[in-house]
Amino acid sequence: MNLWNKLMCYSRRHSPWLFHMNGGSCNGCDIELIASLTPRYDAEQLGVRLEGSPRHADILCITGPVTHNAVNAIKTVYDQVCGPKAVVAIGSCPATTNVFIDSRTLDGPLNRHVPVDVFVPGCPPRPDAIIQGVAKAAEILAERAAKKLPIAPVVMPLVGPGCEGACPCAATTELKNEEVRA
Amino acid sequence: MNMDLLIGLKTALARLLIFPGLLFAVPAAWFFLWVERKAVARMQGRIGPPFMQPFFDFIKLLGKSTPPRSGIGGLLMRAWPLIAVSAAAGAVGLLPVLPASGGFEGDLILLLALLEVPSMCIIAAGFSSGSIFGEIGSAREAVLSVSYNIVFLLAIISIAASQHTFSLSALAQLPSSPLRWLGIVAILVCLPAKLHLNPFSLPNAEQEIYSGPMTEYAGPELAMWELSHGLEWVAATGLVATLIAPAFTLWWVAALVFVALSFGLVLLLSVVAAATARLQIDTTVRFYWQCTLIFAVLAVASALFMRFRA
Ligand code: SF4
Repeated sequence: MNLWNKLMCYSRRHSPWLFHMNGGSCNGCDIELIASLTPRYDAEQLGVRLEGSPRHADILCITGPVTHNAVNAIKTVYDQVCGPKAVVAIGSCPATTNVFIDSRTLDGPLNRHVPVDVFVPGCPPRPDAIIQGVAKAAEILAERAAKKLPIAPVVMPLVGPGCEGACPCAATTELKNEEVRA
Repeated sequence: MNMDLLIGLKTALARLLIFPGLLFAVPAAWFFLWVERKAVARMQGRIGPPFMQPFFDFIKLLGKSTPPRSGIGGLLMRAWPLIAVSAAAGAVGLLPVLPASGGFEGDLILLLALLEVPSMCIIAAGFSSGSIFGEIGSAREAVLSVSYNIVFLLAIISIAASQHTFSLSALAQLPSSPLRWLGIVAILVCLPAKLHLNPFSLPNAEQEIYSGPMTEYAGPELAMWELSHGLEWVAATGLVATLIAPAFTLWWVAALVFVALSFGLVLLLSVVAAATARLQIDTTVRFYWQCTLIFAVLAVASALFMRFRA
């Protein structure tokens, strides 16, 4: 890899711009995605920026179990995002349709319609898990753009109370919570 | 005669390409964009983006693809950001930062015209993108620029008229008068609207009309828009900095004072932006027309006063 490609790869990893799309979610995951940008978690430290237009975005964050109404919108928005791009499925809904399984208003899960790079499980996932997923997606995107790799979905580990040890940041967050309460 | 022309050409090129032109202005633009984001983050109790963030964003955008565009409309859409960047870079190159850096009678007018080009390009870009959000953003930008430009031009013209010159370097050398401070305050009131900052960030109001005129732009074109926005920062704060700064004979002192003053202005504007919320379009327009009235009375009165005293 020459210098320019290395720089491009580094820049792609450090500047993930997100477009957030709701595919019929209960709004739980959407709130957590916004929470990851607030002062407590501050995803902007990684260069994350929530963009208003899919044309500006690198990473498409989709929440919800994909309702019939949302299918065409998701496909359109996926095509509007300019390459190289990645898709992050936030929450258990887009992965499995979760509690809404067997509903006749659904056309999920998400990977029947668009290729998904990273699944962030949880109902809803914690903001730390979402940030971790976005960082992973940025890494995948940069590598895939440089080496022309095929899409291989990654499932992130569960993060939060009850899954200690799954991720070091979960433990530290819990510690901080204890400190705040004390 | 020929020698003079050659030397003049050389200084003009040096100003356009080295200082305060492209070689200085592009890193300064990225730095100011970072200061803006960092100041907003600090005001909100966050840590904010790393130092190199605008540079990484720029490189990443260069590596992205753009949607296919065809016909004259597509050609125009590709041209607008380039025109905006070159006009903003030209405006920065005209700033009389270094003492005895040349310049000509009337370069103030050229600077004002060049400062206006990026916002015209934004208006045109929104309309040629054909997106409804772009059109709303462009209409807002047009209304906004009609309202703030009167105050802006009035301030600059009253400064120039009171000191009997339209040459920037002569203005920078002359000692300041009360009328000049009045003008600087008027310019400062206009800068948030010119740079699309809160409380006047109507044209690119995110959460409201997506990204306004930029909605359809992607990849390298968007990178050019970001760059032109940064260069506008450098040019607009630089104009105020040259008006405020006292004249120095040592070139490096002049350059340092210029950079420090611009930095202070960027910080001030970002803090104001973080501390305020977006106003409605009619409130904004009313605000600027009221400003126009106040500054018009003050400027005309003091100009008359100075005439009588002289
Ligand atoms: S994963 Fe849970 S919180 Fe998220 S949208 Fe589905 S039901 Fe709501």
